[in-house]
Amino acid sequence: MQRYSALSVLWGGLTGQKNWQKVWGHPKPKPHYDVIVVGGGGHGLATAYYLAKEHGVRNVAVLEKGWLGGGNAGRNTTIVRSNYMIEGNTEFYEHSLKLWENLSHELNYNVMFSQRAHVNLVFSPSQRDAMARRYNLMRLNGIDGEFWEPEELKRRIPLLNMDQGRFPILGAYVQPRAGTARHDAVNWGFARAATALGVDIIQNCEVTGFIRKAGALIGVETSRGGVSGEIYADKIGLAVAGHTSVLAARAGLGKLPIETHKLQAYVSEPIKPIIDHVIVFGGVGHFYISQSDKGGLVFGGDLDKYNSYAQKGNLPVYENVMAACIQILPCLGRVKLLRQWAGVMDMSMDGSPFICKTEIPGLYLNAGWCYGGFKATPGSGHTFAHTIAKDEPHWANRLLTLDRYRKGRLIDETGHGPTPKLH
Amino acid sequence: MLRIPCPFCGPRDHSEFSYEGDATVKYPALDASEDEWFEAVFLRDNPRGPHRELWHHLYGCRAFLIVERDTLTHEIRGARLAHQPTAEALK
Repeated sequence: MQRYSALSVLWGGLTGQKNWQKVWGHPKPKPHYDVIVVGGGGHGLATAYYLAKEHGVRNVAVLEKGWLGGGNAGRNTTIVRSNYMIEGNTEFYEHSLKLWENLSHELNYNVMFSQRAHVNLVFSPSQRDAMARRYNLMRLNGIDGEFWEPEELKRRIPLLNMDQGRFPILGAYVQPRAGTARHDAVNWGFARAATALGVDIIQNCEVTGFIRKAGALIGVETSRGGVSGEIYADKIGLAVAGHTSVLAARAGLGKLPIETHKLQAYVSEPIKPIIDHVIVFGGVGHFYISQSDKGGLVFGGDLDKYNSYAQKGNLPVYENVMAACIQILPCLGRVKLLRQWAGVMDMSMDGSPFICKTEIPGLYLNAGWCYGGFKATPGSGHTFAHTIAKDEPHWANRLLTLDRYRKGRLIDETGHGPTPKLH
Repeated sequence: MLRIPCPFCGPRDHSEFSYEGDATVKYPALDASEDEWFEAVFLRDNPRGPHRELWHHLYGCRAFLIVERDTLTHEIRGARLAHQPTAEALK
């Protein structure tokens, strides 16, 4: 792999940018792999990378139906945080955040991880109490968190509409180490680093079925068709959030604790730097916003709240999100919206994911990411690779199992119960 | 915007409704086995295509409807009252 450095950028600039090499190819699938990862989003690519890097499993293929990062990996609002309070989530997301902190060096690719602080606004005393409990629990678990009084909030984010009638802003709970990353760079960085370690990334290759032998899965049938479309593997990992139920049905895994819902995101026209943090609130509405390095304001809100596999959002939610935006940041009233889109996601029955083995030998599952898959990308790949390679979970994903629902050990961060649209 | 044909109110925007999920879930008897309850509470078919689902006309007639909708195209093939005796009385 050609290493990137300040010097290589300078050299490229002086030599007409002719020094850049292709970072992944279009390999023909081999007939057999040690591991096939289905899904070429961030999680699938990260899994392949960590399998090769940490476990020496280099005979790996990533099969992607469309193009790299064309699903949720390229549709999210790029927020990275670890402000979770329940065992299972706490250690997993903090593990992931620690991997983020060194990811650009790890991959020799600038993922533009920016720890600009995640600022969670509170609007009522009861909300402040609930958040105090959450952030105290985080601090007890060694995760950073602090409270900004209204004066400090006003000083740091002067554009906030603090004294809005019925629900004035009473302060904010903040995770300073949280922030944003460039989502495409994360996909490309993992794809490049995985390719350099020998992983085959095969795009435009949909998994249409599974090959079985004595109850175990030993390979996949793909849209490439015929005998050449059959690819065999010792182990198969699914990382296809949004379409997990569809693939699980093909694999014979049966019903899962998932509903597929869609979530919209929006980006404004590029403007000069105006928002330095990730600003978020939930409870009296739901809204999150940050500014990309290109200048676009990237923001979003709630799910559309009905089962859907359509990657297009509806207008009522659009209106709610805009209303929430103008309520706290009235200064954005004249900023034009550039684009709006939607992604489909696995909404699990307790709002938390699963990274685990399944009851079918040879099949491993990484699913149920709800809204929060992007921040989990390195942690998910790291622990899923561990689970596949060692046939046992990493300590950080040991509680993210599929059988926790049957055992009544839910990891329900928001306390909404088995109502996926509310998580 | 989805348009849901409410048997009482005619075609109405979906923002008048609250979505209540998969209508094919059958809740077992209270003393049924743990397995049956586990399946009813937690497991879903989650189809990519035709889906039978419950919508509550919260800001309208407040009736619960069973709507046939495609989760990929959002096409709605019909809606009827979820409460069978009332549906039959209206025939």
